[in-house]
Amino acid sequence: MAATTSPAPALRRKHRRERLRILGFLSPWLVGFSVFFGYPLIATGYFSFLHYNQIERPTFVGLRNWTYVLTQMPLFGPALWNTLWLVVVMVALRVVFGLGIGLLVTKVRTGAGFFRTAFYLPYLAPPVAATVAFVFLLNPATGPVNGILGSLGLPAPEWFNDPAWAKPSLVLLSLWGIGDLMVIFMAALLDVPKEQYEAAELDGAGAWAKFRYVTWPSITPIVLFAVVTGVVQTMQYYTQALVAGKLASGVSIGPGSVIQPGYPDHSTLTVPQLIYSLGFQNFNTGAACALSLVLFVLAMGVTTLLMRNRAGLLPAED
Amino acid sequence: MTATTLPRRPARARTPGTTGAPAARGRRTRLLHWVAVHAVAVAAALFFLLPFVFLFLTSVMTDDQAMSGDLWPHAWHWSNYATVFTTPGFLDWWRNSLLYAGVGTLFTVCSAVPVAYALARFRFRGRRTAMMLVIATMMLPPQVVVIPMYLVWAQQLHLTGSLWPLIVPMAFGDAYSIFLLRQFLLTIPPEYVESAKVDGCGELRTLLRIIVPMARPGIAAIALFQFFFCWNDYFGPQIYAAQNPAAWTLSYGLESFKSAHSVNWNLTMAATVLVMAPVILVFFFAQKAFVEGVTLTGVKG
Repeated sequence: MAATTSPAPALRRKHRRERLRILGFLSPWLVGFSVFFGYPLIATGYFSFLHYNQIERPTFVGLRNWTYVLTQMPLFGPALWNTLWLVVVMVALRVVFGLGIGLLVTKVRTGAGFFRTAFYLPYLAPPVAATVAFVFLLNPATGPVNGILGSLGLPAPEWFNDPAWAKPSLVLLSLWGIGDLMVIFMAALLDVPKEQYEAAELDGAGAWAKFRYVTWPSITPIVLFAVVTGVVQTMQYYTQALVAGKLASGVSIGPGSVIQPGYPDHSTLTVPQLIYSLGFQNFNTGAACALSLVLFVLAMGVTTLLMRNRAGLLPAED
Repeated sequence: MTATTLPRRPARARTPGTTGAPAARGRRTRLLHWVAVHAVAVAAALFFLLPFVFLFLTSVMTDDQAMSGDLWPHAWHWSNYATVFTTPGFLDWWRNSLLYAGVGTLFTVCSAVPVAYALARFRFRGRRTAMMLVIATMMLPPQVVVIPMYLVWAQQLHLTGSLWPLIVPMAFGDAYSIFLLRQFLLTIPPEYVESAKVDGCGELRTLLRIIVPMARPGIAAIALFQFFFCWNDYFGPQIYAAQNPAAWTLSYGLESFKSAHSVNWNLTMAATVLVMAPVILVFFFAQKAFVEGVTLTGVKG
């Protein structure tokens, strides 16, 4: 804007000072965002057109990495399938189970503090430790779970050692750590105005009708939030699947030894694991970067789709 | 709220002979409801707690018994814990975990506070875009950008084999912490800032003297989350520290501990208990801040 009158320069200086101050406050993030997000994202795109094994000089290969990843790489299909399976099944069951436990906790009168803590505690177990524990508990031959199932005369599955049961076992592990969703749902359920329940009761509403017409409408934003964050987390699902597969395979991993990820039968191989395997075990940088971008597009696509409805992430005043 | 006293004297509700009075029937259904709810709660508590119990019991068994499927230890071998502690490297992993989680948390809090404050208070062009970018960063799987980052740390800076590639970025704002803290700061009435300005406080002093003390619960929550994130992180140490066992953290070392002691489930379980214990202890000391933080993620939208 052209400054013509006398008070304008002072005002402009004030504005500039203000802008510098905002920039100053934002500077840690501005630097971090460009260096640890912007640069690597662009570089990932660039590398996806190169053949580069991290030793020889990179050479330009056009779309070869992309056609390899999308059409020729045998593990791409299973990895994508597993990740999508987990996104659908794990997220859905976690939300339902979390809501159930949240409801349960709001209904419990005696020992409420004990139950809350008991339900919450497993969420705190570090993922690696929890996975190691579950691989032990669900060990087909020597684990206590199959011991108990056997003595009750129930069928004892092979859990992490059976391709059909490995992903359900991971889901079970994720349900054990439901504490985060329980707390969120508990808070949401306690926020539902009591008068509405009383009014519904006067109208003769049963338990289901009260849930359907009073509880559900007021907690849908939280349910949506749980779905969005669940989808985002499950897209990156890595540690538990990797550790479970490695330990259940029983292969002892010395330094330098390379094992096929996704034991048994690639049933626990997720897209992030495949990226790691391509980039850091096969040193196929170009293909790993192409696959990274596939995951990026998937994650961003799903997120924008779900965020369209705001999902409680951005307050309305923005 | 008469229902709350009912469970303490359940016998009286069952007293017969009140010739079909509707009050008694109401009491009876309420009692049945109480029994049903608490039976489900006990079953759920078993599902959540039994793994911890088995884990602990196995950690004090002998090697042979841990492989046997017995549930109760014949003799209590506390020495398993001593064996784990004296395993070469185990204490280093502890030190590294504390370093990563401690310094990482400090860096995160120091860098997130001013950014979250700016995003919550100042009106400027691009504020909405900045918020969207923060959220986008939160959503991004870390695996997407890891390869170029690894190449920079390995080939230009030669810092792989240490935890610095994981700690340094935390001095530049962690998206999740910024987002959470901003949500918390929005709940502080702007009048406090205005009155501080009237008193002649600059922005930085207002932030440090007025906002930070008021935002203590929010800051505690992001600090706890970040501490737990670092303590639990497996992917980061695997990428940057794998080639140097002296730089491993507990979470990363635990899995290789299992591989090295492939038949010693008892030792592995003892090590697992030792990895879980600090986090659970921290939780019991900081329970309130933690639960508040978890609710903040969902409810304050």
